[in-house]
Amino acid sequence: MTAAGQPLHAKRKGSRAAGIDWVKVLAHIILLAGSVMFLMPFIYVLSTSLKTAGDVYTFPPEFIPDPFAWENYPDALTAMPFDVFFINTILLAVGRIAGLTLSCSLAGFAFAKLRWRGRNTLFFIVLLTLMIPTEVTLIPRYILFAKLGWVGSFAPLLVPGFFAENAFFVFLFRQFFMTMGQDLIDSARIDGCSFVGLFWRIIVPNAKPVFAVVAIYIIQNNWNSFLLPMIYLTDRAKYTLALGLRLFNEQYYSQTHLLMAASVFVVVPIVILFFFMQRYFIQGVVFTGSKG
Amino acid sequence: MQIQNVFKPKRLSFWESLNAWIFVFPWILGFFLFTGGPILASLVISFTHWDIVNPPQWAGLTNYETMFSDPLFFQSLKVTTIYALVAVPLQIVVGLFIAILLNTKIRLIGLYRTLFYLPAVLPIVSVAVMWRWILSRDWGLVNWFLSLFGVYGPGWLSEPEWALPALILMSLWGVGAGMLIYLAGLQGIPTDLYEAAKVDGAGRWAQFLYVTLPMISPVILFQLVVGLIAAFQVFAQPFIMTQGGPQNATLFYLLHLFRNAFEFFRMGYASALSWVLFMYIAILTLLIFRFSAAWVFYEGEVRNE
Repeated sequence: MTAAGQPLHAKRKGSRAAGIDWVKVLAHIILLAGSVMFLMPFIYVLSTSLKTAGDVYTFPPEFIPDPFAWENYPDALTAMPFDVFFINTILLAVGRIAGLTLSCSLAGFAFAKLRWRGRNTLFFIVLLTLMIPTEVTLIPRYILFAKLGWVGSFAPLLVPGFFAENAFFVFLFRQFFMTMGQDLIDSARIDGCSFVGLFWRIIVPNAKPVFAVVAIYIIQNNWNSFLLPMIYLTDRAKYTLALGLRLFNEQYYSQTHLLMAASVFVVVPIVILFFFMQRYFIQGVVFTGSKG
Repeated sequence: MQIQNVFKPKRLSFWESLNAWIFVFPWILGFFLFTGGPILASLVISFTHWDIVNPPQWAGLTNYETMFSDPLFFQSLKVTTIYALVAVPLQIVVGLFIAILLNTKIRLIGLYRTLFYLPAVLPIVSVAVMWRWILSRDWGLVNWFLSLFGVYGPGWLSEPEWALPALILMSLWGVGAGMLIYLAGLQGIPTDLYEAAKVDGAGRWAQFLYVTLPMISPVILFQLVVGLIAAFQVFAQPFIMTQGGPQNATLFYLLHLFRNAFEFFRMGYASALSWVLFMYIAILTLLIFRFSAAWVFYEGEVRNE
C-alpha cells in the first residue's frame, strides 16, 4: 500500500526542535496497548486449551499452563468426528468456489465488456439485490428446498452458487473487468476469437487477482456460515466445522479445556490462510467498503 | 456507463447480444428462483398460516395483528435496535481511531494492521464459544482485567442488564475490517489539502475536523448503512452464548424469527416478521441517507460557508 496520504503527525516546528515527536510516541503507546488488548483473548483461549481440567479454574488466571496438557487436542478432536466436519467444510468451499466464480464472472463479463440491450436495467437489478437482507428469502427458499427433498443434503448450499446468487461478486467481477483495456478484446475479436474463447483466453488469465479475492472471500464466508448450514444440514455426518463446534459446545459445556481446544482447531485453518493470503483478504475488504 | 472504443459502432450485434444473454442467464434464473421469487413468495406466505407439512391456510392480516400482541416481537425489536444504535457507532469510532493512529506513518504498521484485523476474519461460532469463556464471571479474562483496577466484574452473560453490553463489547473485537476501510480512505486523501490547511494556520485538531473528517465522511456513511444491516442479521452470538437470555435480554430479531420458523414451524408468522424487518431496515436506511446530506461531503461539491 502506498502511503499517499499526509500523516496527521506532520511535524510542527516546536516538536522538531525538541527532537521527539510526542504525537508519534503517543500513537505508539496507544497502538501497543490496543494490540495487547486484541491479542489477550487469543492468548487466554490458547492457554486454557493447553491446561488440565483441574488447572482451568484459577483466579487470577495462570497464562502459562503447568503442566502442558497437549492431550486436550486429540481428546477433543476424537470426541466428535471433527475430521468429517473438516472435510465437509472443505467440500462445500470447493463447490461454492466452482459455482460462484464461474457464474458470477460470466455475468460480470457480460455486464462489463459486451454490448446488448437490457444490460443497464439488469445491472441495476443486480445492485438492488445487494440491499436485500437474507432473512427475507430465508423461509421461501427453505420451503422450496424442503419440497424438492433437498433438506439434509449439501444441495441447498451448493446449487444456488451455480446461479450467481451473490450479487456482490457479480459487481466485483464487473468492476474489475471494466478496468481491462478494450483494445485487447477488440484485437482478439478481429482475430476471429469467439466470445467464449475471449473470456477463457483473454479475460480469465488477466484477472487472476479478482478470482483470488473472490475465492478467499468464499472460503472465509463458508467457514463462518452458520444459520444456513444449521437449517439444511440435519444429519451429523454432513455437519460443517461451525455446526460441529456448536454441538460440541452443547455437549461439553462444562469441559472448558476441551471446548477451547476444539475452537482453536476450527480457527487455525483460517488464521493460516490469513497469514499467507493477507493481501487478498485486505483487497476484498477495502473494495467492499470504498465502492459504496 | 460509457462504452469506450466501440468495436462495431453502427449497431448492436445480434451474436454479441446472444452471447451476453447466455452468460447472464444463470444469474437471471438464480434471481427468479432464489431472490426475486422468494421475496414475493414470502410476502404471500406472510398472509397465511403454514407449518409446511399441512397445506397453507389463508390468514389475511392475522399474522401482522399477532405481532402487536407479541411481547417478544417488541422485545426483539428493542434489543436489536439498541444494539444497532450503540454497537455500530462505537465500531465506527474505534475503527476510525485505530486507522488514524496507523496512518501516522509509524514503524510496524503492517504488523499492527495484521493484529487488529485478524479477529475480524475468525468464524463467528468459534468467537462466540471463546468469548463465553472470556466473559465468564468467576474465571474470565474480562473480569480479571477489571479486578486489576479493583472492580468486581458482573456476570456478563448471566445478568440481564449486562448481557447486551457484553455482546456489544465483544463486537468491538471485530472492528478490524472497518479499520482497513478507513485506513484506505485516509491514505487516499490528497496531501495538498493538509498543506493548504497548514498554510491557513490549522493545527492538528483543525486539520482532522476540516480536512480528514469531511474527506472520509462518505466512507463513514457507507459503513453506517452496512453496519446497520449487519446488526439486524446478528444470530450466532446470542444463539450460542445466551440463547436469547437471560430474560430475553439478548433476544435478537433474527433469533426470534428463527424460533418461529424452525422451532414452532410458524412459517406465515415468521415471513411476516421478515417483511416487517425488511421495511424497518429500508426506512432506517432512507432516513440515514436523507439526513446524510448535512454531514457527508462529496468531492467536487462546492459549499458556501
